[in-house]
Order: sequence, then C-alpha cells, then structure tokens
Amino acid sequence: MADRTGRAKDARAAAPTVTDTTAPATSSMLDVRDLRIHFPTDDGLVKAVDGVSFTLDRGKTLGIVGESGSGKSVTSLGIMGLHHGTRADIGGKIWLDGEELVAASPTRVRELRGSKMAMIFQDPLSSLHPYYTVGSQISEAYLIHNKVSKKAAKDHAVEMLNRVGIPNPQTRVDDYPHQFSGGMRQRAMIAMALSCNPELLIADEPTTALDVTVQAQIIDLMADLQQEFGSAVIIITHDLGVVAELADDILVMYAGRMAEYGTSEDVFDRPAHPYAWGLLGSMPRLDQARIERLIPIPGTPPSLINVPSGCPFHPRCAYAAQTNGRSVNEIPQLRAVAPGHEVACHLSTDEQRRIWGEQAARMQLSPPARHFHEEDA
Amino acid sequence: MVTFIIRRLIATILLLIVVSMITFAIFFLIPRLAGQNSYQLATQYVGRNPTRAAVLDIETKLGLNEPIYVQYGRFLKALVFGEHYNSGTSSTYCPPPCFGYSFRSQQPVWPQMVSDLPVTISLAVGAAILWLIGGVTIGVISALKRGTIFDRFSMGVALAGVSLPIFFTGLVSLELFSYKWPIFPNVTFVPLTTNPLLWARNLVLPWVTLAFLYAALYARLTRAGMLETMGEDYIRTARAKGLNERTVIVKHGLRAALTPIVTIFGMDLGALLGGAVITEHTFSLNGLGQFTILAINNQDLPEILGVTMLAAFFIVIANLAVDILYAVIDPRVRH
Repeated sequence: MADRTGRAKDARAAAPTVTDTTAPATSSMLDVRDLRIHFPTDDGLVKAVDGVSFTLDRGKTLGIVGESGSGKSVTSLGIMGLHHGTRADIGGKIWLDGEELVAASPTRVRELRGSKMAMIFQDPLSSLHPYYTVGSQISEAYLIHNKVSKKAAKDHAVEMLNRVGIPNPQTRVDDYPHQFSGGMRQRAMIAMALSCNPELLIADEPTTALDVTVQAQIIDLMADLQQEFGSAVIIITHDLGVVAELADDILVMYAGRMAEYGTSEDVFDRPAHPYAWGLLGSMPRLDQARIERLIPIPGTPPSLINVPSGCPFHPRCAYAAQTNGRSVNEIPQLRAVAPGHEVACHLSTDEQRRIWGEQAARMQLSPPARHFHEEDA
Repeated sequence: MVTFIIRRLIATILLLIVVSMITFAIFFLIPRLAGQNSYQLATQYVGRNPTRAAVLDIETKLGLNEPIYVQYGRFLKALVFGEHYNSGTSSTYCPPPCFGYSFRSQQPVWPQMVSDLPVTISLAVGAAILWLIGGVTIGVISALKRGTIFDRFSMGVALAGVSLPIFFTGLVSLELFSYKWPIFPNVTFVPLTTNPLLWARNLVLPWVTLAFLYAALYARLTRAGMLETMGEDYIRTARAKGLNERTVIVKHGLRAALTPIVTIFGMDLGALLGGAVITEHTFSLNGLGQFTILAINNQDLPEILGVTMLAAFFIVIANLAVDILYAVIDPRVRH
C-alpha cells in the first residue's frame, strides 16, 4: 500500500486510473474485485451485489452459498456479461485470465462467453430450447467459436454426450430435450457448457431442479469432469451438501454482500459469521446420529431495496445485541480472522470462536467437509 | 411425422363430411322441420312470381319430396360425378364438381365461383404476405425496443388499425390515392396472366387497406409473444453460448414466438379465401365476397350453399395446413 501511494506521488496525473487498467496482482484464473451490480428500479436502487471480491485458480472450485436473493446468481450472470442490455449498473473489476471484463466491449465478452467461460443453469428443461435437437444445441456453441464443418460439430456433440455419460449418444444426439429425462437434460447442459473446453465453468444451482437420486450422479459427474478438463468452477447453491462435496473455497453471501469467505475447512470447521452458523445448524445431516432438531434461521431474507441498516443480518442475528449497537449502525467490513479466512461481523474473533464452540458441541457437529476431504487426501 | 400427417388428413376428410352435412341440413332439413313442405321449399329456387308448373318442375328436379338422406346422397354424388336435373319435361345438366345449379340465373354455381376465385386469391394472398411481414417485423422491433418512441408510435398506429373498419380506411385511401392524387387510378381487377404489372398496381390499395387491419393485430400479437419468449431461460442459455444478438433474437426468440402467429395466420387466410366481403365491396372487386353479397341479395339458395361450402372447405384446409406446420415448428407436437 505504501509502495502504491509512493508511485502515485511520482506520476500524479496518471495515478488514479493506473491500477484500473493494469493486470491484477494475482495470477488467478478469475479475480473479482469489489464487484457491484445495482439495478435502478421505480421503487429505488436494488443493490443486488455490493462489494464482492474473490479469486479462483485453475482446477479449483468455489462454492457461493446463500439464500434466494442474496446475489449469488446476479454475481455469476455479471461475470458472464449477461446483464448487458438490462438497466444494470455494474462496477468493480473482473479479471478472467488477466483480461478485464467489466469495461471490455460487449462483443469481446460475447466472444469469451461459451468459449472461455460457460454456464450451467438451474432448470435444464426450461434452459434448453424446446424446438431444437439436443445435438444441434450443443454444436451451436462449438460452431460459432471454432471454424469447423457442421459434420465435425455434430461428431463433437456426440463425443461430448458420450463423455457426460449419455447412453447411445449417436442416436440421442438427434433427440429433442423433451425426450430426455431430467438428469439426462442436465448432463446435456453440462455437455453444452463444456463443448468449447472453457477455463471457467459457472454452475448455477445445477442440482436444485433434479431428483435427489440424480443429484448425486450430477455432482459426481461435475467432479470427474473438472479433473478431466481442469477448469475453474464456481458452483452456486443453497445446498451446503453440494458445496461440501465439491468446493475448495466457500463464499457465503447475504443481501448482496460477502458475509464470510474462506477455504471449505474454514467455513465448515471454524465458521465465524452468525449467518454461516445458522446455515450449518439448519442443514440436515445423515452422517451422524441426530440428537437435536434442525435449527432454522429466524425471519426472512431482507428486501434489497430496504436493506437493514448496519449489518444487513442484524434483525435475524441472535448475537446482534452483544456489539454495543454497532450491528445496527455500522456496516461491518470484511476482516481476516485467519490468513485467507475473512468475515464481515462485528463480533470479536474470540467471541466468534467461543459461540461456535458451544454451538458445535451442542449439535455434536463434526464438519461434513472434513470427512470428504480427508478421504480425498 | 408421416403417421401424424395421415392421421390429420383422415380427420380433415371426416371434418369436411360433417361440415357438408351440417350445411346441407341448414338448407334442406331445417325448413322442413320448421313446417315447410317441399312445394314451398321449391318456390325459393325459382325466380320471383313463379308459375305453379315451374315450381313443380324444380321440386321434381331437386327431388325435394324425397327423404332427406336420399337428397344428401344426390348432393354428394353431384359433387363428384355431376348431375342431370330431370323433371321428365325438361332436363338441366350440371357438370362435376356440381356445387348446385342456380335455376334463377340458369347456370351452375361452380363455374361462377371459379371465375371469381382469382380475384379473391390475389387479394387475400397479396395482403397476407404484406401483413405477415409487416406485422411480425414491427412486433419484433417493438418488443425489443419496448418503451421507446418507436414502440409507442407503432402500437398506437396498431390500435388505430385494429379499430378502424375497412370501409373507412378503404374509402379514405381510394379518395386520396385514386382521385385526389391518382397514383393508383381505376382500381379494377386485371388477371395476373394478362398483365402482372397492372395486376399488382391495381391491387396495391386493397392490399394495403386489408393488410393494415391484420398487420396491426399481428404486430400486437408478435410483440406480446416476443416479450414473453425473450424472457425465457433458453434465451439466456443462447446468450451464454456467446451467440450474437441477431441469432438469439431470430433463431431462438422469434422461432418460439411465431407458433401462435402461424395458427392465427392460417385461420385468417383461410377465412379470407372464402371471400374478403367488405374489402371486395369497397373496391368493387368481383371476387367471392361480391358473389356472396349478390347471391344473398338475390336470395339465390344454390349459390349461397355453394359459396358456404367453399368457404368452409378453405377454413378446414387452412386448419390442416396449420396443424402440419405446427408439427414442423414444434417437435413436441409430433409425438
């Protein structure tokens, strides 16, 4: 920081914008800094995303967790540049492999879309066009980003369907989405997203609309394909089970802001934000004997037009009274409680550890993430 | 797909038979049920102030005193093989396809309709092309530029188009462009085969007038359809693939929005082919519509029956075409 101000003095004229145009300090595949996505509406400004920052390396998975309306999907659509043409007001920086996307031309972002970054959506039935065959929808993306013949594109579609585990891909490639089952449709969506070998894959609630039995298959498939393709993956969900299986890092969002950000172990073993405690306490667990009822988070997610003052979570927070009124008056800033583990909460770090320790003991909660990761390692 | 078309074809033929039965019943069964005897019925087929002999002659020729199913059988047979109307004293021949014989004008109905058909087809098809292209284009642009001046203006004009009757817009356009500034003088029908240029030039005013009404409707329909489809999840998927906006709009958006348009287009065109009555009358074009008006004015029942059957035929065929097109557009319908 001192170094940067020193340089600013030297080149005063250029100083304020220099940091905007240079490459990010890290060499991450994806580097999002202070992303703000606001929608002006007749009722007021909706701050759907307000100051979100994270980084993601190749081959790694970030889980973004939060309730409906917490800004998860808006963030991902913002990275994909899919707010273009709406009234969205986007600020901050998004570097994808060193290339800044917020200020880039819509044409450039469109070229990257589908080739360098791709997305899987929640409901595969409504996300696939009912009038075109699955094969033609998969090869469509491949055709615009690669100079190949239609025949080659179709062969590629068959190969992709095969890789995502669709039986008889040679014949199924000519089927329409309504002839596929729910799980197969989501496999086809994944095949479509991966057809140009993207370096960043965003999966927006990829299992929410599926049967529970199929959910596990899709999660396994995504884990396998990530190994194979080496993409960076963002998985957006409100299902902590999915995140526990897949994510290396976890970002917990609340009311468009970051509540907690850290590694999967940080968030599952040592959660520091009362909202994260609430999420973990309300998650059904099958891997241990249950002695307590699930504890729901009281209240409802806030309206993004009238966000509560101070900490947006304070009306629902059991510990807001312990901060001498700071929760009501002052927006908590993100601070590190441990290296790489950040939280936006007014409670002191010691207090957070004490409360979580008590809650974990009461719930006999051993972190679900640990189980998976130890086995993995 | 082939079985689908065959199924639809069989259904269409059955439908046509039912339609012919109902139409026939309206003309020949209902008067009987209302208490008319065959002699009273026969008077309506002869000219005004007929002699008793002439009426009896027609009664025998049409077989009006026979059971209704025999009459219907003769009617169907006449359609395919033609008919010799024979009363013993005189005989009248109606060649196939015999849609009836007008004893008032002393000629079969079918050739009259055939000679009027080119006018109606020229008018309806030309206007249909205009309103389809115009209406859909304006609707798409309005939807994409929702809330802009273009959208408000075109939707305002569309409201006017839907509200204003053809006999008003038609007369105004005639007054302005045929008399005041004679860009299109002498609006009369010239067959396409005689002089294509004059054919088109003389039809411009009727086309535009008729198309204005329908284009307005289609613009509103297309706009509503596009607004709905452009909010669909699969549009977001198409954008996420990196398709350019034009492909997203035309290939993914418009394709889906067109489905209801195709339905209503088939029905509208089918109905118009049976006679664009008001437009033809306004522009004094002697098509099926004018034929219908004359037939009604003259109370010429065989002519009315014939034109009713033909109009019903067009609508049923349009329905078939729409069903098949639907299956082509939407694969979910095929199964």
